Amino acid sequence: MTKPATAALTAPHHLSYTYKRSLGKVLSAFFTALRDRRFLGIRRANGSVLFPAKEYDPDTSESLSELVEVGPTGIVTTWVWVAQPRRQQPLAHPFAYALVKLDGADTPFLHVVDAGSESKMATGMRVRPRFCDVPKGAIDDFVFEPA
Amino acid sequence: MSAKEEQASGPVMVLSCPISLDYAYSAGQSASRFLRAIAEGKLLGQRCPVDGRVYFPSRGSCPMHGVTFGDDAVELSDKGTIVTFSIVRVPSQNIALPLPYITVNVLLDGADTILIHVLDAKLEDVHMGMRVQAVWKPREEWTTSTANILYFRPIDEPDAKYETYKEHI
Amino acid sequence: MREVAVVGFTQSPSLRREPDRNEIEILIPVIEALRKQTGLSSKDFDFVCSGSSDYLAGQSFAFVSGLDAVGAWPPVCESHVEMDGAWALYEAWVKIQMGYADTALVYGFGKPSMGDLPLTMALQLDPYVMMPLWPDAISIAGLQARHCLDAGLMKPEDMAAAAVRDRGHAKSNPYAQVKGDYTVAQILAEPFLVNPLRRSDCAPISDGASAIVLAAGDRARKLCDRPAWIRGIDHICEPMDFGVRDLGRSRSTEIAAEKAGAGRDKIDVAELSAPFTHQEILVERALGLSAKTKVNPSGGALAGNPLMAVGLSRIGECATRIWSGEADRAVAHATSGPCLQQNLVCVLEGN
Repeated sequence: MTKPATAALTAPHHLSYTYKRSLGKVLSAFFTALRDRRFLGIRRANGSVLFPAKEYDPDTSESLSELVEVGPTGIVTTWVWVAQPRRQQPLAHPFAYALVKLDGADTPFLHVVDAGSESKMATGMRVRPRFCDVPKGAIDDFVFEPA
Repeated sequence: MSAKEEQASGPVMVLSCPISLDYAYSAGQSASRFLRAIAEGKLLGQRCPVDGRVYFPSRGSCPMHGVTFGDDAVELSDKGTIVTFSIVRVPSQNIALPLPYITVNVLLDGADTILIHVLDAKLEDVHMGMRVQAVWKPREEWTTSTANILYFRPIDEPDAKYETYKEHI
Repeated sequence: MREVAVVGFTQSPSLRREPDRNEIEILIPVIEALRKQTGLSSKDFDFVCSGSSDYLAGQSFAFVSGLDAVGAWPPVCESHVEMDGAWALYEAWVKIQMGYADTALVYGFGKPSMGDLPLTMALQLDPYVMMPLWPDAISIAGLQARHCLDAGLMKPEDMAAAAVRDRGHAKSNPYAQVKGDYTVAQILAEPFLVNPLRRSDCAPISDGASAIVLAAGDRARKLCDRPAWIRGIDHICEPMDFGVRDLGRSRSTEIAAEKAGAGRDKIDVAELSAPFTHQEILVERALGLSAKTKVNPSGGALAGNPLMAVGLSRIGECATRIWSGEADRAVAHATSGPCLQQNLVCVLEGN
């Protein structure tokens, strides 16, 4: 084993910067629709609808292009309760992360449910989006709440 | 239409993704000793047990041989020789000199590795082999930081012979 | 195929916080001990490969300093993966298979205690539609756990039992961090950390490092009385989208295990790198382990979780049991990405 160490100097280190990510055709349409409070999925070759829209099929890697409007309501397929949110997380008060399957979509996606209390959360519950006042075209423009 | 209004109605082309993380960084054993010494105005190097080279600053092991340094530290002079240099004309942070300034690789007397720092001198005067010395902040401002040395400045000593530093270019 | 074996393995103790040593100072004694164990010097390694993550250190190119523990003069043939050291071992194995090396040094190291690890892990997620929501790693794992519970694939008691088993085994592992005698009832009485996960369902946060030496053919026989021969190794990745994955089984582990030939013969020992109890159960099922296999004799990732080294250590823990004769055939598992996204399976044999 190693010899005992004497106390090392420590210093706070804050890492912060902003990536500017180019969106491309499909994601540009997806985020532009979000800014307009609409949800766009994309149809796969087997007819099912993938949400969020993606440029390619994650299983077959085929390019995808047929955008389909889904939602805005949906159901929670699984969830966790975050009792002590961190500074960076979307809400300052306790909330749920959940996988939400929007009506008309075949795949659930990760998002936030502002349910007020853990007892309001249940797998299978219906949720609807609540947008911020001025959506900018980003995934955190909205949260879900019990419908 | 202003750029902002256009952004609000045209397609969203770019997504801004801010990253923000907090760390409590630990300097570790070797760098802590080095930094505590520099708070006292001392420059500590460490000697490789395999070939005797003196590393400054040291991270605790010899990067050539992969062996741990012993506890013996080598105190170095704050005088040295310019091994190579460059003139900088683009702004940077935390530099004590105005633009344009000279960035230098200094071989401190007694060390076998170079220290990258800045030089306060006329641009036309700087040259390889030039003898220089550290200019420190006022003593009451010293902390456990390499920023205790503001910059290097030429001293009135004959140039070092090329053979004494050619290995470090 | 060339015969390649694990002939050396060392590790640091897994510690919740190693405040007084930096990553390199944690790594140096591990590499020095490995040199002593194998009698090899740095010059004897034809190839060096490491696994680490710059985000754990909060510094770009932090991995380069790892070479200070190895010694890189004269210049060495070297590579790095921004993944667990188990993937570095895979790269070294490929290098040896191609005939470019007969021996390789592989190491992994990490000091997650410097940051907020569960949050740092959010940066591995899709940067457009997931990461901006900053889901921490425990929440992400919890979504999978609830799915498994809701679907009736396991019960909270099964999850607690995995923690009880691993912590019990870890009592004999001087490098383990979480060990001791626990009961299922005791663990189920804990409050939720992130409902449905309790603290005991989560692997600890550990600072640490480990290292392995690989050698081919006769070189391995000279270095080791009973080399741990790698008879199969593969890694398989699933999409990141949770929506298109079956979170209730680990398909990528199943495929990797099949390709590595894990099920071709008995498995005496299995070492799993699943960082949550429900994931350990999913991996155990994907590997098709029976009651005859001793699972996680070291305690596994749930007993000590030095990120970027924990998977490599599983291979090392299997190898030590082959060397000692305790096992003839062992299976090691490593994972990467959210909810067991990518999995590596390595089959080791003594004969």
